[in-house]
Amino acid sequence: MFAADFDYYRADSVAAAGRLLAEHPGAKLLAGGHSLIPLLKLRLSAPAAVIDIGRIAELRGISVDGGTLRIGALTTHAEIAASADVQRHARALAEAAGQIGDPAVRNRGTIGGNIAHADPASDLPTVLQALGATLDIAGPHGERPVGIDGFFQGVMTTALAADDLLTAIRIPTAGQSQGSAYVKFPHPASRYAVIGVAASLTSGTGGGWRTVLTPGASRETVCSNASVAIGGLVPAPARCGAVEQALAGKPLSDETFAEAAAAVGGDLGDDLLGDVFASGEYRKAVAPVYVRRALAAAASRVG
Amino acid sequence: MSTRIFGSGIRRREDPRLITGSATYTADIRLPGMAHAAMLRSSHAHARITRIDTSAAAAAPGVVAVYTGTDTEGALQPMPCAWLLPDAGLKIAPYPCIAKDVVRYTGDIVAVVVAERLHQAHDAVELIEVDYEPLPAVTDPEQAAGADAPQLHAKDLNGDAIEGNQAFHWTVAGGDVDAAFAAAEADGVVIKERILQQRLIPNAMETRGAVAQYNRASGELTLWNTTQNPHIVRFLCSVVTGVPEDKLRVIAPEVGGGFGSKIAAYPADFVTVFCSKMLGRPIRWTETRSENYQATTHGRDHVQDVELAATKDGKITGLRCTVRAGMGAYLSTAAPGIPTILHGLMLSGCYDIPALKEDVYGVYTNGVPVEAYRGAGRPEATFMLERLIDMLAHKLDLDPADVRRRNFIPKFDNGHEVVTTLNYDSGDYPGALAKLLEHTGYQALREKQKAGPANGRYLGLGLSSYVEICGLGPSQVAGAIGFQGGLWESAIVRVHPTGKVHVFIGASPHGQGEETTFAQIVASEIGVDAGDVKIVHGDTDATPMGWGTYGSRTTAVGGAALAVAVRKIRDKAKVLAAHLLEASVEDMEYEDGRFFVKGSPDKAKTIQDVALMANVAWDLPEGMEAGLEASTFYDPPNFVFPYGAHLAVVEVDAATGHVELTGYTALDDCGPQINPVIVEGQVHGGVVQGIGQALWEGAAYDESGQLVTGSLLDYALPRADGLPPIDVISTVTPSPHHPLGVKGIGEAGTIASTAAVYNAVMDALRPLGVTRVDMPFTPERVWRAIQEAKGS
Repeated sequence: MFAADFDYYRADSVAAAGRLLAEHPGAKLLAGGHSLIPLLKLRLSAPAAVIDIGRIAELRGISVDGGTLRIGALTTHAEIAASADVQRHARALAEAAGQIGDPAVRNRGTIGGNIAHADPASDLPTVLQALGATLDIAGPHGERPVGIDGFFQGVMTTALAADDLLTAIRIPTAGQSQGSAYVKFPHPASRYAVIGVAASLTSGTGGGWRTVLTPGASRETVCSNASVAIGGLVPAPARCGAVEQALAGKPLSDETFAEAAAAVGGDLGDDLLGDVFASGEYRKAVAPVYVRRALAAAASRVG
Repeated sequence: MSTRIFGSGIRRREDPRLITGSATYTADIRLPGMAHAAMLRSSHAHARITRIDTSAAAAAPGVVAVYTGTDTEGALQPMPCAWLLPDAGLKIAPYPCIAKDVVRYTGDIVAVVVAERLHQAHDAVELIEVDYEPLPAVTDPEQAAGADAPQLHAKDLNGDAIEGNQAFHWTVAGGDVDAAFAAAEADGVVIKERILQQRLIPNAMETRGAVAQYNRASGELTLWNTTQNPHIVRFLCSVVTGVPEDKLRVIAPEVGGGFGSKIAAYPADFVTVFCSKMLGRPIRWTETRSENYQATTHGRDHVQDVELAATKDGKITGLRCTVRAGMGAYLSTAAPGIPTILHGLMLSGCYDIPALKEDVYGVYTNGVPVEAYRGAGRPEATFMLERLIDMLAHKLDLDPADVRRRNFIPKFDNGHEVVTTLNYDSGDYPGALAKLLEHTGYQALREKQKAGPANGRYLGLGLSSYVEICGLGPSQVAGAIGFQGGLWESAIVRVHPTGKVHVFIGASPHGQGEETTFAQIVASEIGVDAGDVKIVHGDTDATPMGWGTYGSRTTAVGGAALAVAVRKIRDKAKVLAAHLLEASVEDMEYEDGRFFVKGSPDKAKTIQDVALMANVAWDLPEGMEAGLEASTFYDPPNFVFPYGAHLAVVEVDAATGHVELTGYTALDDCGPQINPVIVEGQVHGGVVQGIGQALWEGAAYDESGQLVTGSLLDYALPRADGLPPIDVISTVTPSPHHPLGVKGIGEAGTIASTAAVYNAVMDALRPLGVTRVDMPFTPERVWRAIQEAKGS
């Protein structure tokens, strides 16, 4: 429970952090400390140097610019959960941030640290997949945007290079006819997700051009776009293509959700996570229940 | 609000220092020249040590010394077991403070490092090289008792062979149990069940620790220790370390909870003493949370095979059971008495059961030693009976409340002997259940349940009627049951010239609030303000002898001692007041801190007036000694038997197996309540720990004996957001033999609640055909049980 010795540096700007990373290969970045410090104390990680980026002001804050919600990497879970902008434009993200750990964890832990750490049972990576986020990453050759698809490569593995620094997360703001939700089965001790499902649904008018031309034809509300992601039981949170496909063009109804949720088995693959509390087999078996509940919650927020 | 009155819910005086972080715990003790110890603990559950190389650790920065079992052998005696269960073939295995040849659980101490700074000690521990030759391990008590199980110990302390890992075989029997079962087989019902009481980790908020300060010049040792019973530690420390009791002072400073896990004496504490003796410096050792999980005692761990015989109309005629109790790798201080005396003697609960027999086998396993954990034996007894009664009700298609009513011991107020020979003091079990059912609208809940599940959520109701034994206990009985100590308590009450009071007690409260309730006892007996009474405890040099705070005994026994002592003060004060008022003692009256002649209440001497005159001693009656002080040794004539009835309401989500506890009502009768707010707090905490066992908690070992629930990330403790408001109600039945009529309330909640929640979940699952699930009710276990029931 005591970390091995390390050298401590503090960066006051993104540029300074980059310089320190270059000077200290293998150094770890410290933001809110809620992923890194436990690893250090358990001596699962013993870097020679730790670079504290926790006070870089430019990495903090939430803003909306046109159709984009921008969240600085150092923004805490509590700030995200309480933000009116996030609640309005990315409801699932606010919902997930508010369920992480406990108040102390949410007051210290940051979205950037959470994503960079890439714990497979973490909530935010799942949500950001469903919301189609873009990550801004500062590297030795300047800043570059990276799409969330493909960012998470496995258990605690991401597309971040050793000398990269995640600076912000950008999410397209939700439209009028869009609703999102995050439904979670938390581990009773750790509060990490045993299963976490994020869904973002957009409604449109069903029936295509025929209904417009045919007076009196049914113009029921259907799913025009679905983005669903699942985490907790897979090595890296993943989009649920089979579920999304089963939703496309279908009415937003309980029957549709049950049918689409049943397809999630095809999205999960064979590499399932399990532990003494909940086996992979069990998680897979009940995953459709959580998918269905996430879809119903997201649909209830459409329009 | 008067602060004098017995029964007033005044605020706990302990809380300001506890909530503001200004309390002093063992880990806060800082002494000049103090060095720090860290233990290297075995990473194997069972292995032979073939080589230890401490050279790199010894050369590491700041390291003062490194010791292994070779160094402590002979200097530290084996850890003593202090509950020598009679007539049970007890075999106590040698329990060295530091393992030298064989380690027997992941957590056995292999070496200790002392360094100038704490982190240096921990860094150096990592540098010790140990070669282990792994041996097969067994952590399940039933498997450990099996024919081909790995054997932990060859011989006990007397050199006798230990066979089948058996530490003891204890039996309790009464009535003709075989005849009862024969009759039930022929014309009645027999219920059989296997119950697993899983291993639990007590999780006191403060981890354990010790500070040892040995003075080489005087040969005196002061030991600050996280203990529930400093006087017992003084005795055991003297046995193990050789420091005589007169040169040994044990201080329990602020102690952050124990739940039984701070009763035992521990090897690490005496290793810390050893280091201080060797180095002539104060040494501090503080357990990390991980270390607490792998080295501080666990609780429960029973495999129970139980059978109940009954008539067709639901009258219980017999109970028969076999228990395999996992004791862990060694017998902890009080361990043998927990699954036997505190369990087996309470098997008939609050029911009139004419015949029973129980065989308890204590079994060594490659786990952390098992000790008392809140309730200690009684939760396992209550659970057994309450579960069987619900099963009987289901079998006969009767309401579980009805079956309880058909079997209760009728109301009694001064003694009732049960089949195990215990003499319960007072109780009204039917009355408690009736009040609970009425208060909770039980019938209406049953009607709601009949309407069937809503949204796939199944409603379940669970009852638990209990009686427990606490206020341990008559010392003559302690001797007869092999407890290596007395069980009386003592108190000294000293009234100063200004009327302020010091109370010195041998009991050692560590979170229960007795600094407040004991002040209330004094205030209510002699009329001083409760705020004028200081309670001194937890220091063997400052307080009289006491046997510790556990088994819900501090108010029941220590409170009685205090009441008797303070009444002596009042008697003496009355004599002096009469003298000062030039009246005869027979004409004196006392009311609310004032002594006066009958009929002249305005011409009175206050307790403060009398205290001054007693202390200056200018004008005392002939033969009266100066001062206003009294002491008592109180040995209770019997145990006390609190009781009650609890109801849990749950909803089970059949699609996922999730259990939600939606309601909980606790009715407890602990006699007159000194402070009802503290009683409610004790009930809340106790109930929640019992709920934890039913729904979340369980220590799990893998096949190699590694603790896989080794941290708070894996071991699920109850959290406020998973609990409903807990409704606390009570009845008041005084104990006929206690000076204040009070019983105990520290463990009652835990004793009742596990069974109530278990019964509720099983009640919810009944329509789905589920008959048995092992605790805790994880969603997966419940879901699997539902799937299996569907398939069959």
